Amino acid sequence: MTAGQARSGTERHEAPGPASDTAPGGGDGGRRDLADRPVSHAPLLVAAGAAALLVAAPLVLGPYPVTTATRILAFAVLVLSVDLLTGVTGLPTLGQAAYFGVGAYTAALVGIHVTADAAAQVIAACVAGLIAAAVTGWIAVRARGIVFFMLTLAIGESVHQVADTWSALGASNGLSGMPPIRLFGSPPLLAAGFVYWWVLAVAIAVFAAVTLVARSPYGRTLRGIRDNEPRMRALGYRTAAARYGVFCLAGAVAGVGGALWAAQARFVSPGDLGFEVAALALLSVVIGGAGSLWGPCLGAALVLIVRDNLSASLGGHGPLLLGLVFIAVVFLMPRGVAGLVGARRHPRTRTEIPS
Amino acid sequence: MATYLVSMLNGLAMGSLLFAIALGLSLVFGMMDVLNLAHGAVYLVGAYVAVALVADGGGLAVFVLAVLAAAAAGAVLGGGLAALTRAIPHHLDQALLTLGVALTVAELLSVAFGNEVHSIAAPAAVAGSVTVAGETYPVYRLLVIGFGMVLAVAVYVLVERSQLGSVIRATVADRPMVSALGINTGRVLVGVFGAGAALAAVAGVLAGPILGAQPGLDERVLLLALVVVVIGGLGSVRGALLGALVIGQVQAVGAALVPEYASFLIFAAMALVLLLRPAGLLPAAGTAVRV
Repeated sequence: MTAGQARSGTERHEAPGPASDTAPGGGDGGRRDLADRPVSHAPLLVAAGAAALLVAAPLVLGPYPVTTATRILAFAVLVLSVDLLTGVTGLPTLGQAAYFGVGAYTAALVGIHVTADAAAQVIAACVAGLIAAAVTGWIAVRARGIVFFMLTLAIGESVHQVADTWSALGASNGLSGMPPIRLFGSPPLLAAGFVYWWVLAVAIAVFAAVTLVARSPYGRTLRGIRDNEPRMRALGYRTAAARYGVFCLAGAVAGVGGALWAAQARFVSPGDLGFEVAALALLSVVIGGAGSLWGPCLGAALVLIVRDNLSASLGGHGPLLLGLVFIAVVFLMPRGVAGLVGARRHPRTRTEIPS
Repeated sequence: MATYLVSMLNGLAMGSLLFAIALGLSLVFGMMDVLNLAHGAVYLVGAYVAVALVADGGGLAVFVLAVLAAAAAGAVLGGGLAALTRAIPHHLDQALLTLGVALTVAELLSVAFGNEVHSIAAPAAVAGSVTVAGETYPVYRLLVIGFGMVLAVAVYVLVERSQLGSVIRATVADRPMVSALGINTGRVLVGVFGAGAALAAVAGVLAGPILGAQPGLDERVLLLALVVVVIGGLGSVRGALLGALVIGQVQAVGAALVPEYASFLIFAAMALVLLLRPAGLLPAAGTAVRV
């Protein structure tokens, strides 16, 4: 998933790679990002290499690993939306699975009743996620820190309950019968590799878009809100509008993730937007390092592999391992994998999440 | 009219249980700013204690034993959680830690008891029903309502009228000041954390004959408790009671009138309260500023 940086790095000094994400530090982060740092080619090369590996994966892997990789990419898009709120803006959330689910259900409904075109499904899911976040978000963004966290959990669980009881969405049985996706008038994409490439393309585009947002002046405003909101307000920024905006944006990103998930699974159930998904998405961000964009994507891969692939060898109790990992990570490396890399490069800066 | 009465009684029974669950969540949040996401898992521990001891409707003595065992288990879990969370400085990390504990405990329970739905019989002595205004109604639920009333009065006397209660309320309002007065707030915190968790576990046993025990129940209970706390106001005992009664009624009457949208009604109630009174209906003194 680091591939996005290769696409987004049109200006060399604007794309210094992961390090700038992990080193926002108080007030001087912006200046360091732009000018003071010597230009390094290494992150770009790593990103290009990762992108090449991801694109080539279906050529060497069997169908099952490719399916797993597709699910990881879709989940990583959800994790990116959590990171946009939790890491970049400092608003810890357990509610993004709701917008992920809204996107997945929208894509499945569009697929069943309107068109099998994957692009249309993604756009519809993106809009649905945006609208759902816009409608519910204004309640949540009035609060901060741990109260915000609690409200997102309440919103997420409420949406889950609605999906679990609403018969138009198949209630607890879920929504099945989604036809295989088509692309721009192609025949149905049945092979796992083609679905993978489509999901990969969308995921890279989302990663690039989120990277651009995180590095834009708006992204700096969000980091400023995370680090010191009263000061940002005193400087004349409309922080409430900025927080509401990023909440809506994160909802749209999560909606896209849901559409990708549905495109692969062709089945949506209330379990896809439950507490566990929200918790695992947050765990991915925590493992990867909140505020970095590439770290949480690695976290997403790790979490999903443990849950879906190692679970069988643990007697179906992968979540037990994940819970223990959760506890261990909080105690041992509270800044995640990206925090380890960041600490090596910038020993004096630390990303703090206020609460 | 009589069917409404039954719904209202169901709502009162649910409200009693929700009060017992939400009280610990609310007080711990008010004192330490710790959102205890493992609270639902503690409840589920209590429910499975009931499954293990009284699943097939033992006598009243066994049921009381189950309540005591659940209280002990809850207190131990709560004390452990308090010790763990106090070892970590950041509030988000504390919440994440309790989330990890919640996942672990829930998964351990499903390892031990399997994934099937367990139903729990009420104790034989109170398993019958009585006639209330022309409708038959289970005696057990009336007893749960009675438990809720007794608990509300007991907690009111303890928290609002006793010396210990004034220390607890003061710790919610201004912990550094209480600490400066020479009171060991750490001990107060662990005590309240443990007592709140014990109450949640007891509620798990008492709710057994009504809600049963199954994986996933912890999340539903946690959500309801959160909504109760948000509606009532953080850190406030009276708020938790009012919120529990409101949500109990909304849920029971909603389930009777519009079963499809019962869960949506709860969210709507929460949104309405947050819109009109963002700090909750009866916030504790000193917490309104933080919200």
